[in-house]
Amino acid sequence: MLRSILQRLIMLIPVLIGITLLGFLLLQVVPGDPVERAMGTRASAEEMAAMRHQWGLDQPIWQQYLLFLRDCVTGSFGTSLFHKLPVSTLVLERLPFTLGIVVYSTLLALVVALPFAILAALKRGGAIDLAIRQLFVFVIALPPFWLSFVLILWLSLSLGLFPTGGIGEGLLQNMHRLFLPSLVVGLSTAALIQQSLRATLIETMSADYVDTARAKGLSRVQVFTRHILRNSLISTISIVGVRIGWIIGSTVVVEKIFSVPGLGSLLIDAIVSRDFPVIRGLTVIFAMLVVVVNLLTDIAYSIADPRASLD
Amino acid sequence: MIFLGKFCRNLSGLAGLAMLLALLLAVLLTPILSAHDPYQLDFAAALQPPSGTHWFGTDNFGRDIFTRVIAGAVFDLRLALICVFGPAAIGVVIGLVAGYFGGVVDSVLMRLTDIAWAFPFYVLVLAIVGVLGPSETNLYIAFFLVNWIGYARIVRGETLVAAQLEYVEAARVLRYGSPRILFRHIMPNTITPALVYSMSDVVLTVQAIAALSFFGLGVQPPAPEWGLLIVESIDYMREAPWMTLFPGLALAWVGIGFSLVGEGLSSALKPEG
Repeated sequence: MLRSILQRLIMLIPVLIGITLLGFLLLQVVPGDPVERAMGTRASAEEMAAMRHQWGLDQPIWQQYLLFLRDCVTGSFGTSLFHKLPVSTLVLERLPFTLGIVVYSTLLALVVALPFAILAALKRGGAIDLAIRQLFVFVIALPPFWLSFVLILWLSLSLGLFPTGGIGEGLLQNMHRLFLPSLVVGLSTAALIQQSLRATLIETMSADYVDTARAKGLSRVQVFTRHILRNSLISTISIVGVRIGWIIGSTVVVEKIFSVPGLGSLLIDAIVSRDFPVIRGLTVIFAMLVVVVNLLTDIAYSIADPRASLD
Repeated sequence: MIFLGKFCRNLSGLAGLAMLLALLLAVLLTPILSAHDPYQLDFAAALQPPSGTHWFGTDNFGRDIFTRVIAGAVFDLRLALICVFGPAAIGVVIGLVAGYFGGVVDSVLMRLTDIAWAFPFYVLVLAIVGVLGPSETNLYIAFFLVNWIGYARIVRGETLVAAQLEYVEAARVLRYGSPRILFRHIMPNTITPALVYSMSDVVLTVQAIAALSFFGLGVQPPAPEWGLLIVESIDYMREAPWMTLFPGLALAWVGIGFSLVGEGLSSALKPEG
């Protein structure tokens, strides 16, 4: 177990280096001089020359990459042009909100998907199964940012159930405030979980050990909760893991709409203010986040289901 | 032909196709039937609710929302289809080459896709457009750089399997050239999962194009792009909810249409059952 985790960690190194390389290339395509584009008339020629030097733009390209790589290894991921702070400092302030939405939306997705998946699996092939399937097709088709506005108009402005955005203090207040953004992100995850959970439930129901459990006299409810549901949920972990990039990506859109000061808002603000080092550092951090969460779900899956190996 | 018959027996697929054809029909007929121009300002008729003359109401400039939504269909679908099937073609070729030749080519190409795959879709598209600056051309560049990845992965996997099969072996024995084997023999047999995937890809891409407009990073006003229509409606959401409602429903309509066609395709392409 430990050995294979270690192996995976070593295999991660070239991927991480590749991510920094791709992130570095991102800034090389900036048309014209990035410092001039970022600062415009806000800085004098001397200031810009100083920034160019500080940023290493007066050095050959491979040295520029090494500078960026050094920033990544030492954990600063570059320095913001406007905040004058390391990108990592800006990220750490905002990370809890983004991770909060990721976790919260996944839990909401599970709550929404579970009853529908069970119902669809029990009534497979019937009208209810078909109706549930179509319902989720409909849910996926709703554009997230449009859905956000409709929910704000309906639940926040008309009914006053939720605030229109922002964050609160403490877990309970934030669970209330982050409910709508998490719901929007969670609905598309719910569709995915429902589909895969329905399929695994049906498969598991006909497994031999389920017959054994029935034969030893367990009630139908016991067989379902202890054996069928438990084993099917484990495979759901890996489905969520595969989709984690998508989930993290969708937080960008809802964070801006619901004014949540997370990584997504930071990215949009950096794009609007042309804070190129932040765009680059943040893009790299997003990708690393995906890679790490992927690895964690793989490990969790192999612990939950010993048949799955990490290799 | 068997495939066509199977697709026609699938209700979801037919319903989706009907939805998309209905939209196409509306696009073709609107310029003939409607007296309104999607760009025509008419301040006397601003913020009118849906009525007989303005089916979807009017916006804050008095522009007819129905004709704007229909004009948006041309705009959004053209963008989305180019941004999906252009990169898809590139991805398919990369997947075929990687899967067929294997070895160093495969390793290099697949490591590249592994790395690109780690970047969340929205983050990468936003970052590329953000760095290049907002414009329609840069929108194309961003999607071409991002959207090929899924196809390369899918087609490579299929090609790995197909390259071992007898018909490919037979083609090699006949001394057909690699391009001929790849494109005339392997591709037709490996492309179907990519085709199914492309349907959900269209849905995601059309939503992403609209989302980019929301951030001011995509298509620029006064284009009748659906995302822009929604953005422009936000300030009037309370007094004129129809401004927000209809462009969103149009996006959902296209989304449901392509999703259903995708379902129809995947069940028609499944080997029996």
